[in-house]
Amino acid sequence: MAVKTQKAQQAPPVSPELQREMYWYMLLSRRLDERTWMLHRQGKIAFHISAIGHEAAQVGAAFAFNRGVDYAYPYYRDLAMCLVIGMTPLDFMLGVYGKEGEPSSGARQMPSHWSNKKLNIVSQSASVATQVPHAAGSAFAIKYRQKVGLQDPNDPTQPRLAIVCLGEGSTSQGEWHEGMNWAGVHQLPFICIVQNNHYAISVPFDQQSAVPNVADRAAAYGVKGVVVDGNDVLAMYHVTREAVERAYNGEGPTLIEAKTYRPVPHSSDDDDRSYRSREEVEEWKRKDPILRFQKVLTEAGLLTQADIDEMEARAKRIVDEAQKRAEETPYPPGHAALGDVYAPLES
Amino acid sequence: MVAVKNLPVREALRKALMEEMERDERVFVMGQEVGQWQGTHRVTQGFLDKFGEKRVRDTPISEMAIAGAAVGAAMAGLRPVAEIMTINFAFLAFDALINHAAKIHYMFNGQFRVPLVVRAASGWGNQATATHSHTPEPIFAHFTGLYVGCPSNAADAYGMLKASIRDENPVLFTESIALYPKPGPVPDDVDYLVPIGKGDIKREGKHVTLVAYARGVEWCLTAAKELAKEGIECEVVDVRWLRPLDTALVFESFKKTNRAVIVEESLPLYSFGSEIAAQLQEHCFDYMDAPIKRVSALDVPVPYSHDLELMCFPNAEKVIAAVKEIV
Repeated sequence: MAVKTQKAQQAPPVSPELQREMYWYMLLSRRLDERTWMLHRQGKIAFHISAIGHEAAQVGAAFAFNRGVDYAYPYYRDLAMCLVIGMTPLDFMLGVYGKEGEPSSGARQMPSHWSNKKLNIVSQSASVATQVPHAAGSAFAIKYRQKVGLQDPNDPTQPRLAIVCLGEGSTSQGEWHEGMNWAGVHQLPFICIVQNNHYAISVPFDQQSAVPNVADRAAAYGVKGVVVDGNDVLAMYHVTREAVERAYNGEGPTLIEAKTYRPVPHSSDDDDRSYRSREEVEEWKRKDPILRFQKVLTEAGLLTQADIDEMEARAKRIVDEAQKRAEETPYPPGHAALGDVYAPLES
Repeated sequence: MVAVKNLPVREALRKALMEEMERDERVFVMGQEVGQWQGTHRVTQGFLDKFGEKRVRDTPISEMAIAGAAVGAAMAGLRPVAEIMTINFAFLAFDALINHAAKIHYMFNGQFRVPLVVRAASGWGNQATATHSHTPEPIFAHFTGLYVGCPSNAADAYGMLKASIRDENPVLFTESIALYPKPGPVPDDVDYLVPIGKGDIKREGKHVTLVAYARGVEWCLTAAKELAKEGIECEVVDVRWLRPLDTALVFESFKKTNRAVIVEESLPLYSFGSEIAAQLQEHCFDYMDAPIKRVSALDVPVPYSHDLELMCFPNAEKVIAAVKEIV
């Protein structure tokens, strides 16, 4: 089998500053996410889909590519990744409230369906896995532009790869297969990150797949497959870095399967108690990626209790402020429902 | 007279499906969340315990395979009832439904039958936005070979689902999300069937015919009640099935009232409204006393923000306004 499991200690060291920054974004995402659940339970917002438990997988991956420049196709669970790429807590809060000026969609799309042209974050639909062929197409466009001389392959101000995320549940969709196959056939600068949290809403992984790893399927596409501990932010960073180098060097696509867990329901619309035991959830909570990284950093002397307290206070301030400003922002006016169905002619 | 029970639409569907599974062991259900999670909309609540995994199949998120495998199982002699969580996901199963389920009997000269029911929740609300908020029933009804059933109340949901399961042809059966909790009387008769293709007069009147299906019927009935206070008597025709379409019932009502308003939750172009209006002018031209009006969704993808979403869809007030334009 072409799959290998990566261990963080094999990789080159990561600077203390970067490690602390990773910790910060994981923490910020978590606190923002927790607040959003609360707002939903208070009836202030219509919907939330959570990144809780996935922060290490997302933050580790996001720091590995040229964020804001390379094409990113995050999925609805990628709050932490999008914060690292450059979306702000206020952007997110405007989205969950459906307020005017919300940057992803002008309050037209559901929350967490990211889209930001300035950051080269490309949107996805609510039908899962549809973003995979799109990402393959963007990677194809990059290769095309480089081949015909429209773009210098070494120009870091231009997108040099497309990275796409999805849950393991989405890999049962035909579009995942078709997108992967395309990326493989054309050996595109393409990275697919599957955040395997073991449940497609309620359906456990063993009822979704006859093989134990999604990454086992990579070989069939001529794509490199890697399984990684998705709750280990440094391991995630290293495997993604390696995949990014391969993409930049024209060495083809990589499929990264990050094993993780979602200790909360799929979305604010379901109750996970009907399909999994509380013991299982508690066991995974003990493997929480933030607590785990906090321990690593503290033991390495890279993070003190004072640092943690400062970051917690800062996160609370930022989340409070984002919520307040989103609440103060008006809803879009009626005519906002009507425009933009078709693009205007290029001027 | 058979006894009736007062049940919400969701329970009426559940009862129909359960009874059909008890009656015929070839009937089984499959789809995302139908088993362990008891059904996204709770129509299959308790089914896994009662019938076991053999007949209640949780599937991967894989609409193409859900519909495609259901077509194959039907051709091999079973009677699958496949659930697509919401109808927007049925677009992923379009090829299996339209190119195969709907055409196999004809294409292969009647050798294989596809006695298949695909159930899908339809509609909008709760800020589910553009890709989750669809009422594309007319698109499916465009294709011959497929029946399309869209009940508007509990009794119809019960009798129409049973008729669909017992039929020898593929049926797309849509369930309005907003109607699931709405209660209504349901005949306590395991063989209560609403014949495929038969519409129903939900309220009699003489001044204007309101033609609708599914949730549109509710808006029409509310509008009719209000208009009656002003002396305008509306006849509400619920076609119930978009295919076969009970045009005879629509014509009969129109010949009496000479006016029509067509109400649809879906988009206005190439729509249910377009179809009914075209057929009325073609077949009842001499009976027409006013332009035929349509009340449709706004011609935009559905936005997220709450007030914008509401703005996009028909309601009783819009129906009343349309009626007043022609009466």
